[in-house]
Amino acid sequence: MPAPRIWRHSNRGPVNVLLASHYNYWIVIALMMIGLYMVIAQGNLVKKIIGLNIFQTSVFIFYISVGKVDGAGAPILSAGETLYSNPLPHVLILTAIVVGIATTALALALTIRIKRAYGSIEERDIQAAEDKQDRATPPLPVGQEQ
Amino acid sequence: MELLLDIALLALLLITAISIAGIKDLLAAAMLAGIYGLLSAGFFMTMGAVDVAFTEAAVGAGISPLLIVLTLALCGRQQRGDRQRAMLALFLVLPVGALLIVATHDMPAFGAADAPAQMHVAPHYIQQSMAEIGIPNIVTSVLASYRGYDTFGEVVVIFTAGLGVLSLLMRSQGIDEPTVEPAPNAQSRDIVLRVIAKVLIAPIMLYALYVQFHGEYGPGGGFQAGVIFAVGFILYGLVFGLDAVRRVASHGLVQFLSAVGVLIYGSVGLLSLASGKSFLDYSALASNPVSGQHIGIIAIELGVGITVAAVMIMIFYLFAAQLRLQPRGPSLTPDHQGTDAGTAHLASQQQGAG
Amino acid sequence: MLSHLPILQVILPLMAAPSCLIIRKANLVWLFTLMVSFAALAVSILLLQQVHASGPISYQLGGWNAPWGIEYRIDLLNAWVLLIVTALSSAVLTAAHTSVSRELEAGRQTVFYTLYLLCFAGLLGIVATGDAFNVFVFLEISSLSTYALIALGRDRRALWASFQYLIMGTIGATFILIGIGFLYMMTGTLNMADLAAHIPALSESTTVLAAFAFIFVGICLKLALFPLHLWLPNAYSCAPSIVTAFLAATATKVALYLLLRFTFTVFGVDFSLSHLPLDTLLIGLGLVGVFAASTVAIYQANIKRMLAFSSVAQIGYMVVGIGIGTATALQATLLHLFNHALMKGGLFLALAGLVYQLGGSRIEHFLGLGRTMPWTMAAIVVGGISLIGMPLTVGFVSKWYLIAAAIEQQLWWVAVLVVLGSLLAVAYIWRLVEAAYFQRPVNDTVKEAPLGILLPAWLLIAANLYFGIDTRLPVEVTAAAAQFLFGGAAP
Repeated sequence: MPAPRIWRHSNRGPVNVLLASHYNYWIVIALMMIGLYMVIAQGNLVKKIIGLNIFQTSVFIFYISVGKVDGAGAPILSAGETLYSNPLPHVLILTAIVVGIATTALALALTIRIKRAYGSIEERDIQAAEDKQDRATPPLPVGQEQ
Repeated sequence: MELLLDIALLALLLITAISIAGIKDLLAAAMLAGIYGLLSAGFFMTMGAVDVAFTEAAVGAGISPLLIVLTLALCGRQQRGDRQRAMLALFLVLPVGALLIVATHDMPAFGAADAPAQMHVAPHYIQQSMAEIGIPNIVTSVLASYRGYDTFGEVVVIFTAGLGVLSLLMRSQGIDEPTVEPAPNAQSRDIVLRVIAKVLIAPIMLYALYVQFHGEYGPGGGFQAGVIFAVGFILYGLVFGLDAVRRVASHGLVQFLSAVGVLIYGSVGLLSLASGKSFLDYSALASNPVSGQHIGIIAIELGVGITVAAVMIMIFYLFAAQLRLQPRGPSLTPDHQGTDAGTAHLASQQQGAG
Repeated sequence: MLSHLPILQVILPLMAAPSCLIIRKANLVWLFTLMVSFAALAVSILLLQQVHASGPISYQLGGWNAPWGIEYRIDLLNAWVLLIVTALSSAVLTAAHTSVSRELEAGRQTVFYTLYLLCFAGLLGIVATGDAFNVFVFLEISSLSTYALIALGRDRRALWASFQYLIMGTIGATFILIGIGFLYMMTGTLNMADLAAHIPALSESTTVLAAFAFIFVGICLKLALFPLHLWLPNAYSCAPSIVTAFLAATATKVALYLLLRFTFTVFGVDFSLSHLPLDTLLIGLGLVGVFAASTVAIYQANIKRMLAFSSVAQIGYMVVGIGIGTATALQATLLHLFNHALMKGGLFLALAGLVYQLGGSRIEHFLGLGRTMPWTMAAIVVGGISLIGMPLTVGFVSKWYLIAAAIEQQLWWVAVLVVLGSLLAVAYIWRLVEAAYFQRPVNDTVKEAPLGILLPAWLLIAANLYFGIDTRLPVEVTAAAAQFLFGGAAP
């Protein structure tokens, strides 16, 4: 097991705790789980979509945390600066944000159509309508004579 | 100080997320989702990710709540309480969370300057981009040049989403200009709103153009500019009515422009191919490779801006037009989809299933 | 031009899609799409020839060397998959004009073909690239267009099926993104070959293990591996017939390609199959999928749904091949990739003909079909025989290699189970044969399916028979590809 890293904050002495070096990641994980929970547990379609958004945004926060360098500023070259944050995660997340809003827009359009077709955007109602439709047309058993 | 800000933002994010999960009023949830986006943008700022913060603010606190609220106007504001899936959700979520926490065990410390991520590919961008591409904003260098193909994919994603929404919400007579029914009282009667909107729209457009062309020197670029430009039109549409804004930018025009942006981006790549170099190799565009990079970046950012603006406006048009259609009563009977047309087969297929 | 083939493969459909919006007229758009698909097919044939002759091709996009830029890496594995995707797309599009003009109203057809081209380009982009994040971007392009295509189905169920697929698919894609993020965090690179070089040193790291787990689950969601297959039956049965034919023949194949690429090339055989108990997991899940899905298929009244469950079962076979972990087993999987595309492509196209004439595809529509639509039914019978795995069809070839590979590794019980699974297929195919040939037709006036659909369907079905007899081309290519994946580390 690698030795725990020593983390220095500019104003304090060395703080040698796993928590201090990883607290950021753990809170982000909590956010991801809340989002994922909402997607699965909530019955309302719009709530599901919001949950999906939260899940995705939390992943973005995680990625950006990876790129952070202590004491560094934004990755825009300027005279006098030597330390820059890592630009690569920023680029990836810019693309991922676009993908996120694209998915959200499509999902919301689907929700509008579902509301028109089923009259409700609660998963329970939609499933019930589907089951009712299925029961109205039972499957033919194998080998039935005409 | 930075640590304090960091922890405060994360704590607020947690509180907001938990509130969204618990709340039953969907409009409040939409507003809280907007706050979540804004807080994320704030967090990105503290991480030094200025371009990302800009985009997240525009998208997460701007376009996203707008679309959700438009959907709620059509679908209803209250959520019915539902506890049936809670156990299943916990059963799936807890292992995933546990796996994620186990994964953090070997991760480099947050903010460490010697983490593998900071040592391998990134230093090349930081050290060489000025010499190879010549613009200060490293994120724009990477986005538009080094990984320009990913950005092409991103533009196509936005185009696909616009097309998907078009296929779902279009009127059945086709993708041509849908007949615009007159809608009384579409304009806002509030004089304050109308005056302020008129005052704001020009600066918004100007700011969008500034962001578009200044993206090489500061935070900004095609995507953010496109969103801001679209917001100008959306504001006009919200205050003065859908008819008014469609007279300015018709549905057909917006559709056409969404395709044009992608084609501009791709054509820059094809130009490089025609000169015998790789796809999207901008050094083929001018005799001096660095000038070629500048030209290429401006051209593709323009393509991105045009498509993003057009798609955002188109999505707004499609959502807002739905508000006009006659609302149907709730129906749980097997019925064809809520489109206005149906082929003869639709009827026979539904009956034939019985 | 020849040196630019890798990028042309993806750029042709990608640029054609927005051009469709500018062309507008539905008939012209179909012709344009068809031509683009055939052009892509020509490119993939040339690529396969090139790779076969001179080894893997590397193409630097933007003129920047990997890992600073994005790289397209074509070796035998993706050249093979590119060929399958483009060939099936061209066959399906030939039938599209007739089928789509009946199933979709005129105003939506242009948007349909545009979305089709985007899905096609997305799938090709996933296969051709050598950069992990690029995979994510094109995965989303193909996924978003797929959700929209499915929702174009006539029944309102298509909307709900599409929404469910959207939720599950986005979670899967986000898992893949998390996995890529973990890998980036530990290695600092996104290029697949570069990752492969860095990962062996990190094989004890929990982060890398978690990365593998997330990527694996994300891909299996797209692959519809049991138990993550829940979206597939609804999506396939409610979508327009041409969409089902295209997706059944290509989308899951591309997901399987991704699994192979990450398992064998990025993480490496040692890490994936020996370090983790992945071999047992894959064989187990694969076999359970085969039996569970085949059993459920027998009780389906909607035949499209029945074939969808059958697809889940066939994916199970392919995954068992990966789990067995030898070059022969991998060759069986690669062969089945090709064969299943031919089988399901032909079967769903034949069903498209059925839907065209009768408006539905339930078992009731099959009554007396042997008499009223003899050619369509014959196509379905031959396709069914191929599914079961009878000799003289391609289905037999891949099952043979799979059983041989299992026996080679002393996994007798696996071989027995594979044979038993094929017997289950007999049960659900027999239902169709019984209804079509031993029952009286309800409506005697039904005519044969139009040539526009019948000919492409028979082209694919005939290919089932041809490649079942003359197996030289697939066997040669897949043997070389399997050797390559096992032998070389980072190519």
